[in-house]
Amino acid sequence: MVESLGRTTLSVLKQSREVTGLLGKTLYWIFAGAFRKKPISRKNLFAQTIFSGVDSIIIVFFVDFFIGMVLAMQSAYQLEQLGATIYVAALVAVSMTREIGPVLTSLVIAGRVGAAITAELATMKVTEQVEALETISLNPVRYLVAPRFLALLVMLPCLVILGNIIGMFGGYVVGVTQLGLGSGLYIDTTIEFLTIKDIMTGLLKTAVFAMIISMIACHQGLFTEGGAEGVGRSTTRSVVTSFILIIVADAILTAIFYFAKA
Amino acid sequence: MEKEIVISVKNLVKDFGTRRILNGVSMDIYQGETLVVMGGSGCGKSTLLRHLIGSIRPDSGEIWMFGKDIAKISDDEMHEVRKKYGMLFQSGALFDSMTVGDNIALPLREHTKLDANIVNIIVKMKLELVGLRGFENLMPSQLSGGMKKRVGLARAIVMDPTIVFYDEPTAGLDPVMTGVVDKLTIDLTKKLNITSVVVTHDMNSVFRIADRIVMLHQGNVLEIGTPEEIRHSKNPIIRQFVAGSAEGPISFFQTGDDYLDHLTAGNE
Repeated sequence: MVESLGRTTLSVLKQSREVTGLLGKTLYWIFAGAFRKKPISRKNLFAQTIFSGVDSIIIVFFVDFFIGMVLAMQSAYQLEQLGATIYVAALVAVSMTREIGPVLTSLVIAGRVGAAITAELATMKVTEQVEALETISLNPVRYLVAPRFLALLVMLPCLVILGNIIGMFGGYVVGVTQLGLGSGLYIDTTIEFLTIKDIMTGLLKTAVFAMIISMIACHQGLFTEGGAEGVGRSTTRSVVTSFILIIVADAILTAIFYFAKA
Repeated sequence: MEKEIVISVKNLVKDFGTRRILNGVSMDIYQGETLVVMGGSGCGKSTLLRHLIGSIRPDSGEIWMFGKDIAKISDDEMHEVRKKYGMLFQSGALFDSMTVGDNIALPLREHTKLDANIVNIIVKMKLELVGLRGFENLMPSQLSGGMKKRVGLARAIVMDPTIVFYDEPTAGLDPVMTGVVDKLTIDLTKKLNITSVVVTHDMNSVFRIADRIVMLHQGNVLEIGTPEEIRHSKNPIIRQFVAGSAEGPISFFQTGDDYLDHLTAGNE
């Protein structure tokens, strides 16, 4: 019991060290490496931007639209009793931009993009393609990790902004058609209660989530051992670890923002 | 005339965990020869190859190549050394997401400033060398195992290396394709004056391609010699390996004595 606890702790420590090391190398290749050696491949960066960003729009649209509707109905259920149904607009706007939008969109992307990154890199690892890259003098971090990291860091906030707008639109649809709120009043209330700070808080969280997703996915992929079974295991572990870390990071960041304000 | 040494391995030692994989391997590899490293599974031949290409650093010992001890040089220096050799992986290790042509062109595009048209011409020339003219637009998934290896070989020689490493080049191929790959190995070595280091345990191809043979056993060099010398070796381990017999000093069983204990272990 104690032994297994100790072993788990050691393995978590080792993996954290590996992920931090990978993050360091990735940042090196993005910033210093670009000037001192070779910049990351623009073609790879473009392909990754399309894959992780543009191709994810539809799924983000669906998830955030419906969660916006759910938020509106859920809060209406409570607010109706106080006779304050109009605050549905405010509640949807603030919780969408600060919390639900960033977290939910990131979870969806961890499942879609994170899993795909891990599966691809893990397959490359077990079929010797990563080693082949090294033997033709291409650094796997520069060639594989850095474009994926950068693409997600740019595209995830964009997706979150899009998701926020769509989520608020979902709330608007419920508010106007089901709750009997006026269209103009709903929009006015949304704008009145929404502050730039809410949006920025959400986007700051998103940037952290993007780093978590890409680093965990690349680390799990590049450290895969053991054939096809290993690829499956790494992919599962990548998604599960990302999910947990996103939620934990969200709790920590929310606490920091909350207490920093006080 | 004394032959020029291109790779010199001195007293290489490597442990994985508590198991000693390489136990003081020393050898010289000469310019323009085809050197075959052979030995049974787990004898350390793959580990030795991984050391020669700089994937693994030894625990102790030296590997001299291009005037440098690659066991001790920095990553940046290793980066330069890697441009001077080619490596053919067991499965070919082609990049799945790229066409055959892009696979071969990648080292040129990344390391040279050659014009795109010139890169295309070089790619076509290398494909011609391995007998795959007109294949540049196919994806690796559309190729057979033998074709993948030949594309892998084309990629390995695209930067005109002076040394090419082969990891089990004929594993999993039919006899005809084995002959084709062997002939390519011989041709490249002779025509382009490349030094070839081949790791394999395919005895037919060993005697077809080798100028010299290194026999590894349990992390040690058992014998180095020409194919004739190896074929007529007095060493019982080598005799068993060349003949491919199950009986002999290389034991199929790990341990023979505690079989009963092993069978009943874990029973109540």
